[in-house]
Amino acid sequence: MSRTIDAVVSPTQTNTIPADISGQMLDLDEDDDLEVFSKDLTLADGNMFNASMPTSPGSMVNQCKFEEDEESDSKDIFITVDNPESHVTAIETFITYRVLTKTTRSEFDNSEYEVRRRYQDFLWLKGKLEDAHSTLIVHPLPEKFVVKGMVERFNGDFIETRRKALHKFLNRIADHPILSCSEDFKVFLSAQAWELTTYKKQGPGFLSRMGETVRAVANSVRGVKNRPEEFTAIQEYVEDFSNKIGSLDKVTQRIVKEQKEYLEELKEYGPTYTLWSGSEEELAEQLKGVAGCIERCCKETEEQVGHLSDTLVPVLHEYVLCAETLKAVLRRRDNIQAEFEAKNEALATKKVDRDALKEEIDKLEDRVEWANNALKGDWGRWQRSMRGDLKSAFLSTAEKNVDYYEKCLAVWETFLLSQRTEPSEETDRDNTP
Amino acid sequence: MMADSGSEEIAVIGNTDLTSAELENNIKNTMVEIEKWTSLLRKMEISVGEAEKRTGKNTVNMQEIYTVYLIETRPVDAVTEGIIPAPDSLWRRYSEFELLRNYLLVTYPFVVVAPLPEKRAEIVWHKLSADNMDPDFVERRRVGLENFLLRLASHPVLCNDKIFYIFLTEEKGWKEMVYETGFQAKADSRLKAMNAAFRVKNPDKRFTELKHYSDELQAVVSQLLRVRARVADRLYGVYKVHGNYGRVFSEWSAIEKEMGDGLQSAGHHMDAYAASVDDILEEEEHYADQLKEYLFYTEALRAVCRKHELTQFELEMAAQDLASKKQQKEELVTGTVRTFSLKGMTSKLFGQETAEQREAKLQVLEQQIEEGEEAVKEKNTESDEFVKTAWIDIEHFKDQKDRDLKEALISYAIMQISRCKKGIQVWTNAKECFNKM
Repeated sequence: MSRTIDAVVSPTQTNTIPADISGQMLDLDEDDDLEVFSKDLTLADGNMFNASMPTSPGSMVNQCKFEEDEESDSKDIFITVDNPESHVTAIETFITYRVLTKTTRSEFDNSEYEVRRRYQDFLWLKGKLEDAHSTLIVHPLPEKFVVKGMVERFNGDFIETRRKALHKFLNRIADHPILSCSEDFKVFLSAQAWELTTYKKQGPGFLSRMGETVRAVANSVRGVKNRPEEFTAIQEYVEDFSNKIGSLDKVTQRIVKEQKEYLEELKEYGPTYTLWSGSEEELAEQLKGVAGCIERCCKETEEQVGHLSDTLVPVLHEYVLCAETLKAVLRRRDNIQAEFEAKNEALATKKVDRDALKEEIDKLEDRVEWANNALKGDWGRWQRSMRGDLKSAFLSTAEKNVDYYEKCLAVWETFLLSQRTEPSEETDRDNTP
Repeated sequence: MMADSGSEEIAVIGNTDLTSAELENNIKNTMVEIEKWTSLLRKMEISVGEAEKRTGKNTVNMQEIYTVYLIETRPVDAVTEGIIPAPDSLWRRYSEFELLRNYLLVTYPFVVVAPLPEKRAEIVWHKLSADNMDPDFVERRRVGLENFLLRLASHPVLCNDKIFYIFLTEEKGWKEMVYETGFQAKADSRLKAMNAAFRVKNPDKRFTELKHYSDELQAVVSQLLRVRARVADRLYGVYKVHGNYGRVFSEWSAIEKEMGDGLQSAGHHMDAYAASVDDILEEEEHYADQLKEYLFYTEALRAVCRKHELTQFELEMAAQDLASKKQQKEELVTGTVRTFSLKGMTSKLFGQETAEQREAKLQVLEQQIEEGEEAVKEKNTESDEFVKTAWIDIEHFKDQKDRDLKEALISYAIMQISRCKKGIQVWTNAKECFNKM
C-alpha cells in the first residue's frame, strides 16, 4: 500500500521528489501505445470473454447509443482528471490523479465516482481497450517521458501537461459509442484501488499472451494479400498525415524556441534606454517612455509564448501520437485478414480435417468483416475529431497572436500620443505602406 | 515640407525617389536651418543621387574597386521661377568626403563638425551584410553622405567655406586646392593634445562636463545599438520560421478534403508573414543610422573639448613662462636668488657678473617680458574667443541633438505600430482561413 505524503503536487509547484522512480515502470514496455498485437483470439472482437461485454456486434450496438454527433447536450457521462498528488513508498515514488465521474448510465451502480489512478492504470486501460477492439481508434496517451527539453519528470509543467492529456484521453473514450461501453472502462472509473488491482489480475496469463503475440508476428510476416482498396487509401493518407503533423510539431517547437530567444534579448533591450536616460535632460522622459513600452511588450510576448506552449504544442503532439496509433490499427486489421487468408490457403492445399477448418475459417471471415466495419466506422469519427481539434487549436493560436499584436499596438500608441505635438504631419507616415 | 517663416527659398533635395526615411531626414535638416543664421541651403539644393562603381589604381599602384557618389546641386532660385534646369553634378568618392571633413576639423576647431557615415558596416545584425559592396549598405551610405552635406550646408559657419563650396561644384583640382591650404600643417598632433589634456590646470568646467557627457553618450548608444542588433536577429528568426508553416500547410492541404482550402490560404498568409520581416528590419536600420550619427558626433564633441584644453594649456604655459621671466628679472634686480639656477650657482662659484653683463641680461629679460605679455594677451583673447564661439556651437548642437533624437524615437514608435498593425492583419486573415477548415 502506498502512503500519501503531505506534499500535494499542484500544477504550479516544482516537485522536490527524487527522480528515480524506475520501479514504477518495471513491467511496461517503452513503446506505450504502439505495436499492440491481439493477445487472445477469444477475447477479440467476435467472441467476448468478459460477461458484461456484448457477444456480437449487433448486441453491442443495442447496448450503447450509437451517436453520430457527440455533442455535450446528449452526453450522459462526465469525467474530470485533476488534483495530482505524489505518493512516496519504500520502493518507488509516483503521482496519482483524481478521476471524478458523473454519469446517468444504467450500467453504473452509482451516479458519481471518485477514484485515484496512476499513469500505469491508464496504460492498462488502453491496453485492454486495444485488445478488445483492435481496429478501433483509441486516442493516444501522453508519453511516459517527454523527450525534448524536460529533465525532471515531476516538474510542475510536465505534470500539468500530462494531466490535461489524461483528461482528454478518458473523455475521448467516454465519447466513443463502443469504447465507452467497455467493462474495463467502467471498472477503471469506479473501482477502488485494491479492487482494480484484483480485477487486473484476471484475464489471460502472461504465457498465453506470449503465444498470441508469436502467432500475430508470424501472421504479420506473411503479409496480407488482398487488402481492400479503401484501406490502402487510408494507409497512404496516414503516411502523409504522419509526415505533415510531424513537421508541424517540429516547426511549432522551433517557433517557441525562437520566440523565447527573442524574448531574452528583448529583456535586455529596454534597460539600455533607461541607462541612456540617465545622461540626458530633455530626452530623459522619452527614453524612459520607450524603455517602458519595450518592457510591457516583453510581458505580452511571454504570455504569447506561454499560450503557444499550452495550446498548440500539446495538440500537435497528440496527433503525432495519433498517427502512430492509426498505423498500428491498420497493421492489426491487416493481421486479422492475413490470418484468415493463411487459413483459407491451407484449406486448399493441406490434408486436414476440412470440416473443422472450414468452421474456423468462417469465424475468421466474420472477424475480418467485423474488424473492417469497426475501422471504417471509426475512421470517419476520427477524421472529424481531428479536424475539430486542429482547427480549434490553430484558431486559438491565431486569435492569441492577434490579441498579442493588439496589446503591443496599444502600448506604442499610448506612448506616441504622449509625445506628439503636431499630430497632423505624423499621420501621413502612418499611411506609408 | 515643414512650413516656417522665411523658408520659402529652401527647397530640399532633387532626388525624386525618396524613402520615408530620407524624407524624414530632409525635413529634419530643413528644420535645422530655420534659424536666424544664413545658410548655404537658402541658395542651393544639394543631393547625393546615385552611386557607381569605378576601378582604378590606388596609391600603391594596385587595382581597386571603389564606389563614387553623384553630388547634384542646383540654385534654389531657378526652381522658384517655375523653370527647373538640370542640376550641376560631379562624382566624389568616400575618401574625398573624409578629406573635406578633416580640412574642416582643422580649420574650424570650435565647430562640432557633423560626422561621416560608417566607412565599414560595424554594428549589424547578422543577416544584414557587412560587405561594403552590398547594395543596401551602399544605399544607406549614400543617404548618410547626403545628410552629411546637408548638415554642413546648414551650419552658419561651415556653409560659407570656400573649399566646401568647391567640393560641391568643381570635380577636378579640388584635392590639390585642399592640400594647398596647408591645413595638414595646422593640425594639432595627437600627442600634443594628449599632453595638454593631462597637464591643463584650469579648463572651463563646461568643457570637462561635455567631455564626460560625450563619453557616456558613446557608451550607452553603442550598447543600445548592439542589443538592438541582437533583437533584430532574433525577430528575423521568429518571422522566418513561420514560413515553414506555409510550406507544410500547402503540402498538407493536398491530402485533405474539407480542410484543404482553409489550410492552403492560411499557408499563404504565413508566407506573407515570414516575408514581411525584411522590410520591417530594413526600416529599423534607418533608425539605427540616426542613432549612429549621434554616436559618431561624440567624437566631434571630444575634438572640440581637446582643442579647448590645448588652447587653455598654451595660455597657462605662456602665463607661467611670463611669471618665471618676471621673477628672474626681480632676482636680477634685487640680487637675491630665490630660485635655484645653474647660472646662480656658477656665478657663486666662479664670481659675480659684471654690472654690464647684468644690465645686458636685464634688457633681454625685459624684452622677453614684453613679448611674453603680448603672448599672454594674445592667448587669452584666443582662448576667450574659442570658448565663446565653441560654446555657441555646442548649444546649437545640443538643441539639434534633442530635436533629432526626439524625432527618431517617435519614428521608432511609429515603426513598431506599423509592425503591430501588419501582425494584426496577417493573423486576422489566418484566423479566417482556419475558420474555414
